[in-house]
Amino acid sequence: MHSDGPNDERGLSQQIAVTREPEQAGEDIWAKDKVFEVNDVTVSYGKKPAVRDVTMDIVRNEVTALIGPSGCGKSTLLRCLNRMNDLIPSASVEGEILYHGQDLYGHKVDPVQVRKMIGMVFQKPNPFPKSVYDNIAFGPKVLGMKDIDERVEKALHGAALWDEVKDRLDDNAYGMSGGQQQRLCIARTMAVEPEVILMDEPCSALDPISTGKIEDLMAELKEQFSIVIVTHNMQQAARVSDKTAFLIVELDATDENRWGQLVEYDETGKIFTNPQDSRTEDYVTGKVG
Amino acid sequence: MASQSPTPGTERARLATAGARAVTLDSLSNQPKSDVWKGNIFLALLLLAVTLALAGLAAIIIQAAVEGAPAFSTKLLTNGPSTVNPEEAGFRPALVGTLYLILGVILLVVPLGVSAAVYLEEYADGTKWWNRTIELNVQNLAGVPSIIYGILGLAFIVRGPLDLGFILAAGSLTLALLVLPTVILASREAIRAVPPSIREGSLALGATQWQTIRRQVLPAAIPGVVTGVILAISRAIGETAPLLLVGAATFVTFNPTFLGDNGYTALPVLIFNYASRPQDEFRILAAAGVIVMLIVLLAMNAFAVWLRNRYEQQW
Amino acid sequence: MEARDSIGAFGQRGAARPLPSLEAPSHRYGEKLIKVLLGACALLSVVTTTAIVISLLIPTIGFFTEDNIGITEFLFGTSWAPTFQPASFGVLPILVGTLSTSLWGMMFAVPIGLASAIWLSEYASPRARKVVKPVLEVLAGIPTVAIGIFGLVFLSPLIDDIFPFMVNVPPFSAGIAGLAIGLMIVPIIASISDDAMRSVPSGLREAAYGLGATKLKVATRVVFPAAISGVIASLVLAGSRAIGETMVVLLVAGASPNLTFDPGSSVLTMTAFIGQTATGDISTGSITYDTIFAVGSLLFIITLILNMFAIRMVRKYREVYE
Repeated sequence: MHSDGPNDERGLSQQIAVTREPEQAGEDIWAKDKVFEVNDVTVSYGKKPAVRDVTMDIVRNEVTALIGPSGCGKSTLLRCLNRMNDLIPSASVEGEILYHGQDLYGHKVDPVQVRKMIGMVFQKPNPFPKSVYDNIAFGPKVLGMKDIDERVEKALHGAALWDEVKDRLDDNAYGMSGGQQQRLCIARTMAVEPEVILMDEPCSALDPISTGKIEDLMAELKEQFSIVIVTHNMQQAARVSDKTAFLIVELDATDENRWGQLVEYDETGKIFTNPQDSRTEDYVTGKVG
Repeated sequence: MASQSPTPGTERARLATAGARAVTLDSLSNQPKSDVWKGNIFLALLLLAVTLALAGLAAIIIQAAVEGAPAFSTKLLTNGPSTVNPEEAGFRPALVGTLYLILGVILLVVPLGVSAAVYLEEYADGTKWWNRTIELNVQNLAGVPSIIYGILGLAFIVRGPLDLGFILAAGSLTLALLVLPTVILASREAIRAVPPSIREGSLALGATQWQTIRRQVLPAAIPGVVTGVILAISRAIGETAPLLLVGAATFVTFNPTFLGDNGYTALPVLIFNYASRPQDEFRILAAAGVIVMLIVLLAMNAFAVWLRNRYEQQW
Repeated sequence: MEARDSIGAFGQRGAARPLPSLEAPSHRYGEKLIKVLLGACALLSVVTTTAIVISLLIPTIGFFTEDNIGITEFLFGTSWAPTFQPASFGVLPILVGTLSTSLWGMMFAVPIGLASAIWLSEYASPRARKVVKPVLEVLAGIPTVAIGIFGLVFLSPLIDDIFPFMVNVPPFSAGIAGLAIGLMIVPIIASISDDAMRSVPSGLREAAYGLGATKLKVATRVVFPAAISGVIASLVLAGSRAIGETMVVLLVAGASPNLTFDPGSSVLTMTAFIGQTATGDISTGSITYDTIFAVGSLLFIITLILNMFAIRMVRKYREVYE
């Protein structure tokens, strides 16, 4: 396994590319608190790798976007960060993912404990078939937290949903619009006070207005949380994220196996205006994908 | 005609369209005649078959109602059986017996069946041979003839290892084993209908697997589970063959109890006994008994269907 | 702003928060215990199967060893009189009796069941389907003792009037028992075959219609063949149910072990033999007791093979289309 200090020579690995030179201002953009250090990670389903040899750091209180064409393994990668992949029996993770320096896949690590600290919002809004209140109260209750009412209200404020639902906390969440449901899911995640929120294409099932609301929300949320978002929408990545990782689909010579690979990871502005890799440029300018 | 049109061009277009439409209509309506009547005959045959199936099954109910009508009175519910006096005979001990049998079945089968279904749907890794073995066993047991369960009850429960003797509890246990696979299959189906996104949502909040199952999956699956369980258990009410083997004796004039060792009987067993007597009076009594049994069954079924329609969650 | 203040209350900015531990705060023995308990409930099915096999096997071995009945005599003997003097234990007559009633039942139920399934899946309007299918399923729950009574007091005299050759020894006849069994298994065939045909992707139908096929051709040449493994499964399951049915044959088929497929003849089936002989008061270990279990073993093996086959067929169509 790849031992890794903060100044390790990542450039050696063929897949690129994390540009590590300091900016003109002299600020090392990677020197902030790192939440995750992903080192040489390969995720496979059965024997087939879904995404290979990814190395990247994710920084605290920022929005990090994973973009790329479908099948590039961005969701797979995201799901490794809070061990949701454990739910798929055939999935296996090689390499190392450090969460504040602790190996996320270490022998003694408990996935339940991991998910308390690293929450997740899914592609399709998935509220529980219960009241708005119960949806949010569920997490704090099972985690044995106190002051449930207060937490519910706080979380609804946090997700900018309070004014819309304060009079119908007892209504079934299935009666809400898709956008409200998704913000409810975000509120539900906030209520258990995680440190990181992972978002798996959170707006792909929503209309533009709801999408706008959630994007606005993200800008506020990053003050309190670190956010990793998977999106197929490049404009969205450009709007909301501080850093962007671009993944592509690689094929082997026989054309039978395909897997995702990290091409470039940098500040969002750079990825979209001055990418180092021509494949990134082709993608963000809409030539391919 | 051409003179009325504003321009020759539009007229040509109109004619062309009309012509094309005529050709299309012609080719559509000129489906070969043989195809048309073949299709009609086929449909007629299908309808005949469906009607026969429904009519045949409905005839069972109608015939029993007509034949049993003369015997219909509250005596059926309040009087005990009799071999000599069919006019005064009734089903009371058998009804009580069936009630106890089913009560026992419910108490045994609901916790066991739902637990097994939760294990198979939520915990079992289907790639492991032991889980596949369990699954295959459940499916196969659902198809084992009921009389074989009677043999099992006789050799294992009445005699053999459990050695309960010919008591009502033994009959209840036998019937429970009989319907258990059906209850498991129905509960699994209901649990599977809860979408995985609900489980993911709960786990992503840091809930443990059991918290997720108990507080999200099971509450969402309950309507389906209850419906399936009612349908499965209503089958147990009419089961006769296994009870013949585990000692549901016929002439019991007192109300049976769970553990009482002086015999018990059940509604379908008594109906069977009346039906196999040659005298018409007993056959009428049997038909009346069938109606009593069917009313209970249909009521349970209707309740299950109502429950499904009322609480079914559209995901 | 109210909302912002409340977010602020989460207050996790900066490194103030202590490094979280990723280890489980407790061993969660409860969680593990629950899994074990639930697994034990599931394991009960294996225990049941084992118990069935053991309870059948021991007396059956006794039947062939202590009671000294030859396996060939049992399997190929043509005379069944286990309780007579001298006794004979040739199982063929009751095996054929079972096959006869089941076969006559299938003759009636297969065309009607399959036609109903095709109608339900391809022709019925959604509304008609929503009524007919549950009704069929509820009717499938009619206790078999009621179906038997119906055969005995209604079908038998009725058919005897119209086709006297169908009932040689009124009111008992293999053919009438078959008819009643057929009524019992029609819903099984219709329901399972309908499920199989409906799981055929609609793209296949649309493609056929696009080529100008008539509805008849689509139903019989496209959908039906595509669903064939599910259809076969329904037939095999129905056959297995017919073979295992006890009450109907006990009431309608009579009790004479005649080695014949004649629908008018009265026959004894394996299940009927068990049902009428094992009514409780025979002593363990007697030759009659062992005979019941030997016949039970044969019945169990036959239905086991049929069920396994049906389960595989169902899996096959599920794999293809679901």
